[in-house]
Amino acid sequence: MALLSFERKYRVRGGTLLGGDLFDFWVGPFYVGFFGVVTAIFASLGTALILYAASQGPTWNPWLISIAPPDLSYGLGFAPLSEGGFWQVITVCALISFTSWALREVEICRKLGMGYHVPVAFGFAIFAYFSLVVIRPVLLGGWHFGFPYGIFSHLDWVSNTGYQYLHFHYNPAHMLAVSFFFTTTFALALHGSLVLSAVNPAPGQDVKSPEYEDTFFRDLIGYSIGTLGIHRLGLLLALNAGFWSAVCIIISGPLWTKGWPEWWTWWLNLPIWS
Amino acid sequence: MKRILTVSLAASLPFVLAACELAPKESYQNGYRGTGMNTVMIKASAAAEDVPAPPYDPPGTDGRRAGEVYENLQVLGDVSEEQFNYTMAAITAWVAPAEGCNYCHNPANMASDEIYTKVVARRMIAMNRNLNQSWTDHVGQTGVTCWTCHRGEAVPSENWALPETGAKKTIVGNTHGQNDPVSNSAYSSLPNAAVARYLLGGMDAEAARVVSKGRFPSPENTTSTMEAEETYAMMMHISQALGVNCTYCHNANSFQSWSSSNPPRRTAWYGLDMVRSINFEYITPLAPVFPEHRKGPLGDPLKVNCTTCHRGQNKPLGGYPMAKDYPALWGMVAAPAVAEEPAEGEETTTTVAP
Repeated sequence: MALLSFERKYRVRGGTLLGGDLFDFWVGPFYVGFFGVVTAIFASLGTALILYAASQGPTWNPWLISIAPPDLSYGLGFAPLSEGGFWQVITVCALISFTSWALREVEICRKLGMGYHVPVAFGFAIFAYFSLVVIRPVLLGGWHFGFPYGIFSHLDWVSNTGYQYLHFHYNPAHMLAVSFFFTTTFALALHGSLVLSAVNPAPGQDVKSPEYEDTFFRDLIGYSIGTLGIHRLGLLLALNAGFWSAVCIIISGPLWTKGWPEWWTWWLNLPIWS
Repeated sequence: MKRILTVSLAASLPFVLAACELAPKESYQNGYRGTGMNTVMIKASAAAEDVPAPPYDPPGTDGRRAGEVYENLQVLGDVSEEQFNYTMAAITAWVAPAEGCNYCHNPANMASDEIYTKVVARRMIAMNRNLNQSWTDHVGQTGVTCWTCHRGEAVPSENWALPETGAKKTIVGNTHGQNDPVSNSAYSSLPNAAVARYLLGGMDAEAARVVSKGRFPSPENTTSTMEAEETYAMMMHISQALGVNCTYCHNANSFQSWSSSNPPRRTAWYGLDMVRSINFEYITPLAPVFPEHRKGPLGDPLKVNCTTCHRGQNKPLGGYPMAKDYPALWGMVAAPAVAEEPAEGEETTTTVAP
């Protein structure tokens, strides 16, 4: 990929967290850094282990390959590779590479003197994964409670885990997460269509300025959140979606064992009307 | 602003946690690893299930038959005299501990059927024997006694009757039998009287089948979405009654597939038929016997569902084999060889003495 003439200005040294100047270079368009190296190693190792573990399984059908966590009897200890050990090592590889990727983002932010919004946002996604494969399994006392690495199998896991609480849609944190996910896509659709409507005018007409965008929404609903505000809102909605997803699965089991509908009896039993 | 936020968040924490279960949990694996077939529950307390001890040391089963000693014995005539008296004492403690023998018997003439409760009790004893003999697919070798349902009360506290219908003529305030959280629907918005559809029994007993076999709508399955909700509600009832979750029996991968289901589903399947049999063959025919105050709003007797025995446990009384001390409740299986002829009670399983 060609390096544009003005990009050189932004390729400054320094800002690294670890490794000093040692890994402070680019490969093609990609900044490397210490964490780039770590990400590359553990992402490759994890992928190779997934392929090897798949080769030990019964199928090469990509839909059906599944690398499952250990039996409950292994608790929080190590399991033999073929009995969940692969899952454990792959999980460690994934967490290291995800975290390194976030720290590589931090180094790039530091080089450019920018805020850490992107790595923080990515951190929420890592937190959601960490919740599923570490926090909840540790709280429940077994790596067994992690989800399997497979396309169909992880969906079956979600289904079975949900039905352990009879009706997961009654999980209050799940309600919040779902609402945030829907609102995120709703806000993105409004934002994307509004921007495109302003910058893709009919032939022969000028591109419209943000004032047009603001006016559109003021005319429509009496208020426009503004060009900066929409991005604050978008980030807030998206991070909440991921955060409450993590909360909704952490509380299922460690903090609530019955059907989720029954949780709401606290509301039915409020002294106001009960 | 930040300070107010921090303080209010910290203040709300106890309320948030109060809605949680903080007690230690225990978990089980009931499927292949990675399938999510698990059960997480509050650690069971060490206290043993409160099962009443026998009224006195169980007597032998030899000696004269009760039917030779007492009059008008239609069900328990095949047991020994000592066993009969022992069983009567136990039943009194289980069903009418405060009222005593006179709850069913006329003390001047113990053989008389003039008190309705005696007619009901006779039918219930026949039922108890039938359950222990013919429904081992559900009750196993553990068996049941009167206590399994009654728990010291003349009317088991967990019962149901046909719900009132058509009370609301307008659409305002008519919740169509749902959106009214009750234990039977596990406090969901699902239909709250689904047991009436599936557990009444009889010729048109409904099977909880909603999954289509084919790709397109066909006359073979005309089940509507609303009816599927009743099935869901029925399953919620079973879960709530047994204190288990869906994956105790089913693999959510396919709820209908038997091959991927867990063994308890088989026990539960027989249990549904057993409850239907109890309601249809034993309780509903007693309708003319029961007085009005023992019936539901539509005039049908109070019936049995899963909770009546299970009370939140996957095995009633924690699986304690209480019935082993009461051979009379097992009928001829546990009776000695003396009882060669079939007892009268066994032949009257389809008719009820008024």
